[in-house]
Amino acid sequence: MTDKRLLTLKNLRIDIPVANGVLHAVRGLDFELDRGEVLCIVGESGSGKSLTSLALMGLLGRQIDTRSDTMDFDGVDLSKASAKQLRSLRGARMAMIFQEPMTSLNPAYTIGDQLIEARMLHPNQGRAAARARAIELLEKVGITAAASRLSQYPHQLSGGLRQRVMIAMALMCEPELIIADEPTTALDVTIQAQILRLLVDLTREMNTAMILITHDLGVVSRVADKVAVMYAGELVETGPVADIFNAPSHPYTRGLLRCIPLPGKRAQGERLGTIPGIVPSLVGEVSGCAFRTRCAHVSDDCRGEIPLHTQEQHSFRCVHRSGRAAAEEQSA
Amino acid sequence: MKKDPILELCNVSKQYHVKQGLFGERKPLLAVNEVSLSLQRGEVLGLVGESGCGKSTLAKILLGLEPPTHGEVRVNGERIDNQDRLALARRIQPIFQDPYSSLNPRKTIADIVALPLLVHRVGNAASRDKAVREMLDVVGLPSRVMNTYPNQMSGGQRQRVAIARALVMKPEVVICDEPTSALDVSVQSQILNLLADLRAEFNLSYLFISHNLAVVEHLADRVAVMYLGRVVEESSVGKLFQQARHPYSRALLQSVLTPAPELGVPETHLGMDYPNPISPPSGCHFHPRCSVAGPACEEDAPAPIRDESGLVECHVYDKGSALYRPNGLDRRAVE
Amino acid sequence: MAAIESIDPLLQEQSSPSPRTLLWRRVLSHRGLLFGLSVVLALVVVAVFAPFFAPHDPYLQDLTARMQPPSFLGGSVEHLLGTDHLGRDYLSRLIYGARVSLLIGVVAALISGVIGTALGVAAGYFGGRVDDVVTFMINVRLAMPVVLVALAVVAILGGSLQVVIGVLGLLLWDRFAVVMRSSTQQIRRREYVAAAQAIGASTTRVILSEIMPNIINNLIVVVTLEMAHAILLEATLSFLGLGVQPPTPSWGLMVAEGKNMMLFEPYLVLIPGAVLFVLVLAINLMGDGLRDVTAPDSRN
Repeated sequence: MTDKRLLTLKNLRIDIPVANGVLHAVRGLDFELDRGEVLCIVGESGSGKSLTSLALMGLLGRQIDTRSDTMDFDGVDLSKASAKQLRSLRGARMAMIFQEPMTSLNPAYTIGDQLIEARMLHPNQGRAAARARAIELLEKVGITAAASRLSQYPHQLSGGLRQRVMIAMALMCEPELIIADEPTTALDVTIQAQILRLLVDLTREMNTAMILITHDLGVVSRVADKVAVMYAGELVETGPVADIFNAPSHPYTRGLLRCIPLPGKRAQGERLGTIPGIVPSLVGEVSGCAFRTRCAHVSDDCRGEIPLHTQEQHSFRCVHRSGRAAAEEQSA
Repeated sequence: MKKDPILELCNVSKQYHVKQGLFGERKPLLAVNEVSLSLQRGEVLGLVGESGCGKSTLAKILLGLEPPTHGEVRVNGERIDNQDRLALARRIQPIFQDPYSSLNPRKTIADIVALPLLVHRVGNAASRDKAVREMLDVVGLPSRVMNTYPNQMSGGQRQRVAIARALVMKPEVVICDEPTSALDVSVQSQILNLLADLRAEFNLSYLFISHNLAVVEHLADRVAVMYLGRVVEESSVGKLFQQARHPYSRALLQSVLTPAPELGVPETHLGMDYPNPISPPSGCHFHPRCSVAGPACEEDAPAPIRDESGLVECHVYDKGSALYRPNGLDRRAVE
Repeated sequence: MAAIESIDPLLQEQSSPSPRTLLWRRVLSHRGLLFGLSVVLALVVVAVFAPFFAPHDPYLQDLTARMQPPSFLGGSVEHLLGTDHLGRDYLSRLIYGARVSLLIGVVAALISGVIGTALGVAAGYFGGRVDDVVTFMINVRLAMPVVLVALAVVAILGGSLQVVIGVLGLLLWDRFAVVMRSSTQQIRRREYVAAAQAIGASTTRVILSEIMPNIINNLIVVVTLEMAHAILLEATLSFLGLGVQPPTPSWGLMVAEGKNMMLFEPYLVLIPGAVLFVLVLAINLMGDGLRDVTAPDSRN
């Protein structure tokens, strides 16, 4: 009987040596993922979300210092796994979908070759069986005339179709976890909806857990079970999707939600909310709350250790118990 | 409202010839197909569509970077092909999408913003310096950035520089080509607020091109929806978001994912027959993906229907067509 | 799946230094570039101030002192590198020969640079017919065997410094054209070029002020490489007797004059050969180094 908990990550730290010091790209990230659950990691540029996904797959180069207290995938310690172990995990039990389907599909090989190769590696099936599975999956992702598509090259397909092929490739070996890094950002809006729908339907059907990384809060709200909000390498808030959107607690989360234009919900001419300032430098000593340079509720305590507040599954880090300075109760 | 069009397009078309493969013949690609639009003074007209719809080509035509194959473009009543390049540039300026490639990396911010003044021979070095400082102040940048280079600034700051450059000559029309698409959400809202403020302060008119409908809804007064080179619907922003008429507009609106946890991902019923702009589908270009298409849609291209709501090109609204529905498509407000 | 080492763009510190400072830093830490640059500069100094460096008159013949070996092989200190078959001091001829090589290298590279850049930029910027014509010209030029054509021209017009420079200048523009064409095409697509056009800038201004500053790095690299190319070609032509004419000291000529006695007095051939090798190597290192150092900044 398999455990419900699939992935546990505690205190992930990623440091990158740069010309003038060390860039602390990720500082103390934790989350847990159960089988079949969808976790969305949301953040803007510089938040470290993509680095996190690469760290989980073991794809960061050796120059990048990745450390964690726990990085456990169904009993396997990912941080201590050998290259061989990681390779056998990747593709078979953990699959990744990238943002740009053109660069993640090899333009020199047909789609069929790439799909079949994935299956033949794990679990070492024969070509005929792998081919049948490839056709089955292409149909599952909605590609018609699947058998004839096998002999096509990536450049012969449009962006939306290529991304569907990427999804099919990720599913070839029935992985337990799919990590999708901005899988729809480069696609047109209507195609984005289709692809997301497909991802959600398939992962539910196959009980595959998914980590979806995006900057788009709309996408997060429609797809996630759990949400992790990252800012400048830190996890600022995490919880079930309903909590995050109905009761956002961290000032950054609230600020982000106010920045989004909502059709029909705003009077004409009303200004959008903003978060003034820019992301701080993460090179050298970084202490306290990274958001304090842009926060309306900043106080001197924000430079020190920031406490974690948890209520059931919803937690956030802030010196203020309610995420707001005590004096102000309006929606600041 | 009194009609005071500052920018008018009449049946503008743009055809390219694209080589197919190494030895293939050149095939015609109709990037813009008989587009007629007008932008009123002080108004923001949103232009939405996805890749291949022709909105970027249209922007190039308006900026004088490409001549239309057919049709007329008028600024303030005068045709643009009659005006010289400099006069047109004084009136219409662009803000592009990519803040990383819209500024010359080898020039200082001061040089970049002063370029229009230099090209149009306005003032001397001292007055140009002053104008640049004022403009930087208007867009919220400190004057110490004047001697820095683009690579030392963030995306949002660069976009402000691009805005300063566009406005330094006080144009009347600004063509905004996806100005916030490459920016983070928190920066995007700053830039959108800035654009709204500047429009009021300088009485500008914007043609706001975007694929992000939520952004367009926030800023625009009227919206035109493009599909494969044609304008398939045009109306006021409020009307479009409440009662979009064309099936493509409706699908587009449905695809806007607002933060609403209960709603899940919508099913747009669009199918996967992605069109090829070089050989578009016959009749109505949208028919292979349309959930309400009928036999007439494959044979006849729908004619544009203008009424008090605006413009729509669809057999469903054509009284003479077999597909005509008096009440239009099932009314559903967009959440 | 390849290992991807990516750093989110905005993680750079906010006050990153100007492009010039960054460039200077890179130059100072690139060993190949520094070596090449110093050797070339040293040779330039020696060539320019040849009268100060050369111990003797390179044209002065002294038949009593012919074929003397270099001082480290048994000869006298008076002639550090020995003498040639006419008794002329080898070291002095070498030093003055540097003038010839460098002069030809620089001027020929300049002429072909101007021609090639003009053609390449025009082709890259205007595209269409202009591009077709220029590409055709490049293809025709590439189909020509450079050495044979040079030989033929020199045979007809007679060999001299000016003829050699002219011939090389008119033949070596192809790489300039190709590189400048593709660089221009890349930059042409950037939005700041479209912005400049939309502002109403004239074509001249767009090319000179927006495009050129961004392709000049590539140009400098090609200039150094073609200099080396020209120097080697001149040596080849002179060796074949169809370049610079005696008694002008040219390294290629020195090799030609020494080849008859190569087996007995190898230094006659080895010394000019070695210097040629060092100069060309240094120029190539410089060119490679410049290419590395001026590689376009990654998007930040």
